[in-house]
Amino acid sequence: MQLTINGDTIDLDVDPAMPLLWALRDAAGLKGTKFGCGVASCGACMVIIDGVATFSCVTAVGDVEGEVRTIEGLAKDGVFHPVQQAWIDEQVPQCGYCQSGQIMAAVALLEENPQPSDADIDTAMSGNLCRCGTYSRIRAAIKRAATTMPLPVEDQAASET
Amino acid sequence: MGKILRRTFLIGTGLVAGGLAVGYYAASRPWPNPLEADLAPGEETFNPYVKIGADGAITIIAPRAEMGQGVHTTLAALVAEELGVPLSAVAVDQGPTSPAYYNLAVLEQGGPFSELDTSLMAETARKATRAFGPLAGMQITGSSTSVRDAYDKMRQAGAVARTLLFAAAQERLATPASKLQFDGAEIVAPSGRRVGIASIAAEAAALPVPDEIVLKDPADWTLLGKTQQRVDLVDKVTGAAEFGIDVDLPDMLYGTVLMNPKLGGGIETVSTSFAEAVPGVVKIVRLETQLGSGFGVIAENTWAAFQAAEAIEVEWGDAPYPSNTESIMRVFRDTIEGPWKGSAWRDDGDVDFAFGDAPPDSIFEADYEVPFLAHATMEPMNATAQFANGRLTVWAPTQAPTLIQTILADAIGIDSDAVTIHSTYLGGGFRRRAEADFALYAAELAREAGGRPVKVTWTREEDMAHDVYRPAAAGRFRVRMDVNGMPDAVDMRIATPSILKSIGKRIFPSVPIFGPERLLTEGAFDQPYAIPNYRVAGIEINMPIPVGFWRSVGYSYNGFFHECFMDEIAERAGRDPIDLRLQLMADYPLAVAVMEKLRDISNWDRPLRSGKAKGVAFTMSFGSWVGEVVQVAETQDGLVVEKVWAVADVGRALDPGIVRAQIESGIVFGLSAAIGQQITFSGGKVDQQNFYDFDAMRIDRCPKFEIEILENSQALGGVGEIGTPPAAPALANAVRSLTGKRIRSLPLSGEVEFA
Ligand code: FES
Ligand code: FES
Repeated sequence: MQLTINGDTIDLDVDPAMPLLWALRDAAGLKGTKFGCGVASCGACMVIIDGVATFSCVTAVGDVEGEVRTIEGLAKDGVFHPVQQAWIDEQVPQCGYCQSGQIMAAVALLEENPQPSDADIDTAMSGNLCRCGTYSRIRAAIKRAATTMPLPVEDQAASET
Repeated sequence: MGKILRRTFLIGTGLVAGGLAVGYYAASRPWPNPLEADLAPGEETFNPYVKIGADGAITIIAPRAEMGQGVHTTLAALVAEELGVPLSAVAVDQGPTSPAYYNLAVLEQGGPFSELDTSLMAETARKATRAFGPLAGMQITGSSTSVRDAYDKMRQAGAVARTLLFAAAQERLATPASKLQFDGAEIVAPSGRRVGIASIAAEAAALPVPDEIVLKDPADWTLLGKTQQRVDLVDKVTGAAEFGIDVDLPDMLYGTVLMNPKLGGGIETVSTSFAEAVPGVVKIVRLETQLGSGFGVIAENTWAAFQAAEAIEVEWGDAPYPSNTESIMRVFRDTIEGPWKGSAWRDDGDVDFAFGDAPPDSIFEADYEVPFLAHATMEPMNATAQFANGRLTVWAPTQAPTLIQTILADAIGIDSDAVTIHSTYLGGGFRRRAEADFALYAAELAREAGGRPVKVTWTREEDMAHDVYRPAAAGRFRVRMDVNGMPDAVDMRIATPSILKSIGKRIFPSVPIFGPERLLTEGAFDQPYAIPNYRVAGIEINMPIPVGFWRSVGYSYNGFFHECFMDEIAERAGRDPIDLRLQLMADYPLAVAVMEKLRDISNWDRPLRSGKAKGVAFTMSFGSWVGEVVQVAETQDGLVVEKVWAVADVGRALDPGIVRAQIESGIVFGLSAAIGQQITFSGGKVDQQNFYDFDAMRIDRCPKFEIEILENSQALGGVGEIGTPPAAPALANAVRSLTGKRIRSLPLSGEVEFA
């Protein structure tokens, strides 16, 4: 089975019913995506598939169509993604276990909605549990990233005209 | 090692008076520096906390479990401060498992005295405990003690390393040591002459350690007392941080466990044929351990292991406790109704006399109750183990590596020298990871894996149903008001199971544990209030549900009981709850300063518009003095916690950013439990399975925070747990004020609706 993960095409020899989460972790060796609950209740496993934040623990790998993006693919050429940088600047992580999922959910949110309100953040991020309670810093980091993230290409085109 | 630990377990729990007899001489026996064993050519070490690489790079060892509390950052800063280098100039490493990294403060915290108690007896006991620390060699992360324990010894380690390196450098540079500075991997003199650290490290390490080490005056600190960039951030935003669950070894197998959910029960009948037929399954192993009975699955991947575990058909033997919550809690209620007096941890004045002649209308009585709770760390329990050539190697997210080492050695029947424990990052601890079960099961499976490593990951369901729970507790609280409307006598009886006995039974079943337990009443007997007749007694309940340390331990329930009852007293007295507390805590200026600051920053005296209310609570715990105000509001969807103000006197905030983050974290943890969490039982099994029925606060319900840190106290207080105890009572007191409902049992959502 072939999957496009972070721009690379990868061959995986796994049961198509296996959740994407375990295919990423155990077969593709990408362990930044975490297991928390297995039932779409915590967001630790969140990845982005074709722009949509997705619980990889309940997505069969055989059903995946489109490009999968994981935490490992965010930094480019040694430069952090603006959301990662905001997470560092606000010193968000405590234990850090939920943070891959939080960051992926935030990236998907900001790509879709570059200037989210508090209510938008609540809606987009409430699927992601953090037992360490880092929420106030997550909110601050999302707002910070909103000021540093480049606009999506189509918006840029629009703003140039 | 095994023997010493056994004995020490008792001492560490503060239960055996014989522990006081050991003299200081034992303490001076030094542990070898564990870094020496693993030095590569060209590397040098001065003490267990500092290593110099062949290239001159400095590595600081931070030998406590990093579970989010920022301990690697703060511990490294202690060394770096005295060494005279910025944190960015050093590497920070967890280091090996070794008794050299004993944690003294955790032993003291377990001792049988209130932290307010500076009597001769209490001090003598603390001293004896201090003598035991090095002897015991327990490397534990817990009790909010890591920094308190390390405060002197890691600063000294930094100062020693600097002194020796500069002594060696001053010859080469012909410049007095006091004028030298570090610059990357070099030491420079004001003249600009420099020498590589690597080239003098061996010489420096051979110099005699000076008898006297002078530590910097805090006024001269450049790192401590200031918020540092955490050393673990980059790993944690890139997915590179290796948690236990991420361990990856050549030729590794994967596994999981299915243990009897009737905790403590055996196995009646079983069929594993469906499970064995799951593709990718290597082996099903029956597990009979001192911590539980059940099955382990070894497979080619985690998913196959999970599916196979689900396919095991088994009839479980019964648990040794009543099968449902109703009958379990009846035991608690019957106990506080019964005649038992329990052990009084505080007994000021003459409580029986004070109540004896009290007119009935001067007495008020209330019963309180809290449920069992799970830890629900974000990373489910897991460990990886390999058993080959008579040696066991374990990679685990653990708070107690030396303890695990001893237990596994005993269980497998090998010497503890043949057991190596590698500690990884922890995806949350909250003290769940001071247990041994996850490592023991991995070790048992490794024995069956033909020398290959096995990574054993629990499902969330398994984690939820096989925790060591925060015990339920019940209390009966009585007050006699005097003619001036002030409390003249309080009588508090708290009934809950012994956590230490439960742990002792799991860890060293052959060693009996005796004596009254401080944890039953901590948070109620040791609070800075003066009431003429004041008794707090703990009654131990025999309830063989496995219970353990949970963030803030006894303070988590006694904080709720004591501080809700304090509000009830204020109500009876017709007094403002902060006013009343201030009056009762007048002998403790540190507490008074906290409450006054809290009143100020929370605008306590300013009336709120209708539909909103505030509640307050104060709990001193782990050497820190903490007050919190919670504001709740009524909305269409239910109650919402809008804002929390906290004031904490932690003595010294070595990293204010981390202290704030920890206090917030503790509050979210406490509010999550108070609002909606409970562990209940049916048919001997835990009912809750996953985050959908044991949830915690999410971002959309998270309040705003305003946190003020005070540094009036002379003692260094803990920070990891101190936010939790006042959160539940402050919320319950706010709910009372808003709705008129005095809710005396948790979770609050049993009686009011939250959004
Ligand atoms: S692991 Fe997928 S949502 Fe929890
Ligand atoms: S940082 Fe620990 S669970 Fe979020």
